[in-house]
Amino acid sequence: MAVILPLMLMLIFVYVFGGAISPSGAYLDYVVPGIVLTAAGFGAGSTAVGVSRDMTTGTINRLRTMPVPSATVLVGHTVASLGRNLLATVVVLLAAVVIGYRPSAGVLGWLGVFALLGLYILAITSVFAMLGLVARSPEAATGYGFGLLFLPYASSAFVPVETMPGWLRGFAEHQPITPVIESSRALLMGQSPGSDAVVAVLWCVGIIAVAAALTAYVFPRRVAR
Amino acid sequence: MTYTKSPVIELEAVGKRYGDAHVLRELDLRLPAGVHALLGPNGAGKTTIVNILTTLIRHDSGTVRVLGLDPATEAHAIRPRISVTGQFAAVDEVLTSHENLVMMGRLLGLSARAARARAQELLARFDLEEAGGRPVSTYSGGMKRRLDLAVSLIWPPEVLFLDEPTTGLDTRSRRVLWDQIRELAREGTTVFLTTQYLEEADELAEQIAVLDHGRIVAQGSAAHLKSLVGAEVLRVSNESGDVVRELPTDGSAGALARASAEVAATDPRLRVELHRPTLDDAFLKLTGHAATPERDDEQGAGDDRDATPARELSREFNGTGASR
Repeated sequence: MAVILPLMLMLIFVYVFGGAISPSGAYLDYVVPGIVLTAAGFGAGSTAVGVSRDMTTGTINRLRTMPVPSATVLVGHTVASLGRNLLATVVVLLAAVVIGYRPSAGVLGWLGVFALLGLYILAITSVFAMLGLVARSPEAATGYGFGLLFLPYASSAFVPVETMPGWLRGFAEHQPITPVIESSRALLMGQSPGSDAVVAVLWCVGIIAVAAALTAYVFPRRVAR
Repeated sequence: MTYTKSPVIELEAVGKRYGDAHVLRELDLRLPAGVHALLGPNGAGKTTIVNILTTLIRHDSGTVRVLGLDPATEAHAIRPRISVTGQFAAVDEVLTSHENLVMMGRLLGLSARAARARAQELLARFDLEEAGGRPVSTYSGGMKRRLDLAVSLIWPPEVLFLDEPTTGLDTRSRRVLWDQIRELAREGTTVFLTTQYLEEADELAEQIAVLDHGRIVAQGSAAHLKSLVGAEVLRVSNESGDVVRELPTDGSAGALARASAEVAATDPRLRVELHRPTLDDAFLKLTGHAATPERDDEQGAGDDRDATPARELSREFNGTGASR
């Protein structure tokens, strides 16, 4: 599911909307980083459900009565999400190549792309893990995360922000996903991402720091009931 | 198998409340090695006690010792020596039972090879070998409970806590679990189980403590608890089956003959029956209400705290039911 969904999304955007958005056919180059980020959101969403399930069933209590740090649950879900989403990213990129995507990044460029995507996946996963912790049930956790899944649509993931109405454009330009997308796109095209990369890294690190701090506050209170 | 003089579990004047609800009040309990049952209706505070003993929650007042250690401050020293099987199976539904056991074994520090070997051993012991390769989501409730107990035994504990291990299970699964619990006891593991089934306490435990409204109201062997109710009684009923009198007897032929002569003198059509006290009678006498829950909601059995208002209701309900 973590892999099929982004593939479907890519095919829909390229073949269904692509012609209307960019009749020249260059849309594939534009949209691939956006698909990867959207997919990471979906993939990380299941972290909220998993964390919530572990918190609301006996799992967390079992771990807490074992000589094992109970935060193992959170670390496990985060690492799993990172692995799962990086795999999905690779599959999406390979599929994109099959349908004609030709990135021109060098070795450093690719390293940069994966480092940045990894950081982004960690950031969004840490937010979802925190939501899973706060939610009273796995269903509620899914609900909380729903809003986050729409963020990529209000960014430069699928269409340039210049095409959006002013009020939305302001939001789209300054939300965390746009700099991550712009940087990834530039790196994949073999260009320098410039200041976008700095902004992207700052956003991700900032989000991770805030989510981690909230988690560190909520977790002991949540498990102690 | 060593029997130490010092108690394995010790609670002294332990109190715990959630907001205004006093779940435990001045609770005293001192248990040596062996198999112990904590018997009580829903909402009596059983899970709260297990949670305190297993380092999950802190008590508000009093002294608690498990293996001579304080769960509130020495949890790290207690955890390697105990295991807990809670009311909800704490197993991963996506994984197979083999994978669950290997994962927990690895978390406990076993090597990959040792964890696999231990998993295989436990699957055989709990009659799960055939299902070992299927995801746990396809298991019945009884199979999940068995797996859950198997997970608790990856690293053999000195004290095993079982919180209502067979609530909601079919008879067959219950028997399998009972056999395994007896086996553990034979091997020298101290077992502390909570139950709302008198039969379970009677079958498994050497010592039974009866918990009601956060207090221990009686403690001893099943025989001792039964003796609290008194000796056999001659139960006299009329033709429509209503009990009209109960005559205490000591069970001897002479006493029975005298008692039945007395009954026959009032009305020769009355029926008599010798009634031995059961644990049910003992429970009824000790707590003023029946132990076996009238409304056995399996999910609701989960949280002692939430059951507080319902407890009052069920007390009333049982009270009227018992007074006939």
